[in-house]
Amino acid sequence: MYVGAIFFPLLGATIAGFLGRWIGDRAAQWATVICMAIAAACGISAFIQVALGHAPGVAPLFTFIDVGGFEVSWALRYDTLSVVMVAMVTFISTLIHLYSVGYMSHDATIPRFFAYLSLFTFMMLMLVTADNLVQLFFGWEGVGLASYLLIGYWYEKDSANRAAMKAFIVNRVGDVFFMLGLALTFWTFQSVEFDTIFASVEQAQAQRFLGMPALEVIGVLLFLGACGKSAQLGLHTWLPDAMEGPTPVSALIHAATMVTAGVFLMARMSPVMEYAPTALAIVTIVGASTAIFAATIGCVQNDIKRIIAYSTCSQLGYMFFAVGVGVYQAAVFHLFTHAFFKALLFLGAGSVIHAMSDEQDIRKMGGIWKKIPVTYTVMWIGSLALAGVPYFAGYYSKDMVLEVAYAAHSGPGMYAFAMGLLAAFLTAFYSWRLLILTFHGTPRADHHTMEHVHESPLVMLVPLLVLSVGAVFTGYVFYDFFVGHDQEAFWNGAIFNGPDNHVLHHAHEVPAWVPLAPTVAGVAGIALAYVLYMFAPGIPGKLASSFGGLYRFLLNKWYFDELYDAIFVKPAQALARAFWKTGDVKLIDGMPNGAAALAVDAAQGAVKLQTGRVANYAFTMIIGLVAFVSLLLLGMPR
Amino acid sequence: MNAAGFPILSLVTFLPLAGALIILTVRGEDEVVARNARWTALWTSLITLALSLVLWVRFDSASADFQFVEQAAWLPEFGVGYHMGVDGISVLFVLLSTLLTPLCILASWESVQSRVREYMVAFLVLESMMVGMFCALDFVLFYIFFEAVLIPMFLIIGVWGGARRVYAAFKFFLYTLAGSVLMLLAILAVWYQAGTTDIPTLMEQAFSPRMQFWLFLAFFASFAVKVPMWPVHTWLPDAHVEAPTAGSVILAGVLLKMGAYGFLRFSLPLLPQASADFAPFMFALSVIAVIYTSLVALAQEDMKKLIAYSSVAHMGIVTLGIFTFTVQGLSGALFTMLSHGVVSGALFLCVGVLYDRVHSREIARYGGVAKIMPAYALVFMLFTMASVALPGLAGFPGELLVIVGAFKVSPWVALGACMGMILGAAYALYLYRRVAFGKITRDDLRSLLDLSPREYAVFAPLILLTLWMGVYPSSFLNFFEASVTALVTRHEAALGAARLAGM
Repeated sequence: MYVGAIFFPLLGATIAGFLGRWIGDRAAQWATVICMAIAAACGISAFIQVALGHAPGVAPLFTFIDVGGFEVSWALRYDTLSVVMVAMVTFISTLIHLYSVGYMSHDATIPRFFAYLSLFTFMMLMLVTADNLVQLFFGWEGVGLASYLLIGYWYEKDSANRAAMKAFIVNRVGDVFFMLGLALTFWTFQSVEFDTIFASVEQAQAQRFLGMPALEVIGVLLFLGACGKSAQLGLHTWLPDAMEGPTPVSALIHAATMVTAGVFLMARMSPVMEYAPTALAIVTIVGASTAIFAATIGCVQNDIKRIIAYSTCSQLGYMFFAVGVGVYQAAVFHLFTHAFFKALLFLGAGSVIHAMSDEQDIRKMGGIWKKIPVTYTVMWIGSLALAGVPYFAGYYSKDMVLEVAYAAHSGPGMYAFAMGLLAAFLTAFYSWRLLILTFHGTPRADHHTMEHVHESPLVMLVPLLVLSVGAVFTGYVFYDFFVGHDQEAFWNGAIFNGPDNHVLHHAHEVPAWVPLAPTVAGVAGIALAYVLYMFAPGIPGKLASSFGGLYRFLLNKWYFDELYDAIFVKPAQALARAFWKTGDVKLIDGMPNGAAALAVDAAQGAVKLQTGRVANYAFTMIIGLVAFVSLLLLGMPR
Repeated sequence: MNAAGFPILSLVTFLPLAGALIILTVRGEDEVVARNARWTALWTSLITLALSLVLWVRFDSASADFQFVEQAAWLPEFGVGYHMGVDGISVLFVLLSTLLTPLCILASWESVQSRVREYMVAFLVLESMMVGMFCALDFVLFYIFFEAVLIPMFLIIGVWGGARRVYAAFKFFLYTLAGSVLMLLAILAVWYQAGTTDIPTLMEQAFSPRMQFWLFLAFFASFAVKVPMWPVHTWLPDAHVEAPTAGSVILAGVLLKMGAYGFLRFSLPLLPQASADFAPFMFALSVIAVIYTSLVALAQEDMKKLIAYSSVAHMGIVTLGIFTFTVQGLSGALFTMLSHGVVSGALFLCVGVLYDRVHSREIARYGGVAKIMPAYALVFMLFTMASVALPGLAGFPGELLVIVGAFKVSPWVALGACMGMILGAAYALYLYRRVAFGKITRDDLRSLLDLSPREYAVFAPLILLTLWMGVYPSSFLNFFEASVTALVTRHEAALGAARLAGM
């Protein structure tokens, strides 16, 4: 069962990828769907057995590397943290596979798409069940590869290719820090196996590296690695561009699963992070800054998928600052509920795009809610959950995250609380801006498109409805397990809190206004969106023109792309040409070529002699060899 | 006499030469000669490969000693003998050579149409020399093989190469020869001092620090060119660009490993003190190589040149790993050498597939190939990713181990090596994007055929190896673990002794 949950997706990918051409599109796609469904069944039963039945375990496979004490094995680690992820990933992936059957039905290379999707799921599962940092890195890079392939799925589009490359390379920047963190972990603990690391954290506290505590450095390096994958401020630039991929991809990879890998890493390494307070403070500040930063951009974007992408970026910021104040449980809880409602929102957006003949600009939509009522309803549910309106999933987890930030009673914690609250307001605002502009008002699409607006087929609606159920109930149902009364028994040691870390406990005793504040902020945001876009639609335009500078600053995403282009991409290109044309061709080659020319000038005749000598040399060598072989044969009997 | 019960190393070494002789005796119509030459060469190399697999099976990886040893007096009065043997460091390179040769012959099946007989002879002689070089345990013997490799390679580039083949061939030859002359001097000096050129005997010999210094420089001159290290790398792109596909495969796959092998076999064990003293210098050159050549690769417009530059960057990782003197670093360097042999060889074959069809290496000439050649695109993607060192493929374990090893010596060196991770991804994906992705703009590309059965046969073993090395690297790492550990232990002991003597 443990092995099955992981390897059935790989089987599906193999069938679709290699046999797709022979067995046909339908067989290939249903093969992957069935494999995923089996994996999901395995994953959920593993969840019941391990998390609810408290029976963690490790399924070893075989040795990967064993060099001079550097021992790494392939193994599947099953504890509560990993089964939560396994169950969630396989379940959502199955729904998205199903949805894709409808969404991708007009595509030319269906088996390729499903093979990539299943491959991604396999890699993600390897990541979350890793028993050591190297295997985790295998999954980490594997999901990067799958993400690269899927963003660039429509490889005839230049923008898609660009986005895919950007995603891979920006992720690689994070990976460098991951690698360095891994190396330092090894030299600190003499191991990269989780159990060994966690057992000797206390002894390692005294170790120093470049004058700093080694654990702090490890924490910061791994966090920087996580920043790449989880699109935190500074390394976030790839995520919005990643929307070039097909929409189910955005839902699975760039919302529900892969981007949460960084949060997972932090939670997995909680025993180390707990002893790295400075690193945690950095995590808090970066997370909180990302939450507000991405939310501000989300307010002015016009591409329906990009708005949701920035919203993802912002929600990931929430998860990180929950990690930063030391309550990994709350981070994983938000990760878990977010996976449902964000996948729902993306798939809903996909359904809208499907209905609007591939239009993604919300300025060209409007007035379609009557024509696609199911999509409209699920988008509402998703938005309500995202905005943290009471009793929807996001309400429980987002409130918890903000409460723990408040309860941390630290400077970074308060900063995170303030930013989180503000971001909650903006989140609600842009969510309803999206809803209103997309579904209400006068139709702004052309006549032709409007005629074709239609509800999606059943195969797409079923996953949407299932996810809606998740977006409504996961918060309420799992609250006690993840962060409530039963949390200690539920996590069963998979997440570690330091002996002095009582933040989660304090979070249940914060003043009454604290849990109320996010709801108020959310409702205020919704109200503002109604005022601006429903009742007085002239105001946004006026605001944009009177605060032109700010508007352009936000519209251009704080000019991060332009900045990076100017300080990294352009100089690298210039340097590359300079090294090649000047360094290699002029300087390094100039010397021997010059010497050769000199020799030619000095002794014209020598050139001929030289040519002859090379051949002579060759000839002599062969003669020598013949003599040598004969000598060998003479000497052999001994 | 040895584990195999017969002189297996000599057989593996000289069997190809025998095949070459047979081909030389073939007479008749051009067509017939060509066909016979191809088949004879293929069978010879396949039999050699089969024979060399005995080494894989019978090699005792628990021992750090030389195995399958053969010894015969050759010039006893000079202390020069015919001494062959392999240890964990060299055995896999013998296998790499015997594996790549049949693939190269198969890859040249249709693309080489002129002077087929001579071409096949050159390849078999080349194989002979390469294998001999990795087996030689006598300095003079080693030198002979080391230099003899140049001749067939020179001819392959110079005769069957591209437009500027003569320039490239001479550049290649003169560059490497210039370095080797100094090595010859060093060998003379060693012989003068020790009275023997037997390598295992020399390993027991301690040279004075001053002597070590000069010897190291002389070896360095020869090996650095072969690796090639920055800044003596510029012969490589030219040689690769002009060489025929199979020539590039061998050049990248095996010949580039000779320099690093030289460092491992001679510089480290014979000159421990000087190696330690020169380590920072080697790190500097390696890190420069990684960053500099990766950047240069980014700007290339010629597919082969790009891959050639990427080879220099990968070799930078190798030299970096060697001079960490840690078990991880050395194992990583060896593993990278092997994986690079497979992966870059395969990448050159990928370029060859396109070149055979379109006769252009210019990147801008392509685009959208994935649409019409999906199987090829998949294979190309696999090797591109292996070159980027994606975990699960061959490139990763070596790079990981080198970085771990380097981190112990200096985190900044490790950071430098890591820069290659980013830049490597950039140039490799950029190449792939321009060749395989995008819309097809040129009409002649629309009619390209996907991989032929012969090409599948060439790629299949390489694909298998790439995955195997990536998923289960310990089956390869086991081979050199004992030898590398012994090397590191001896190195540390020698340094300790020198420190004591100094006090």
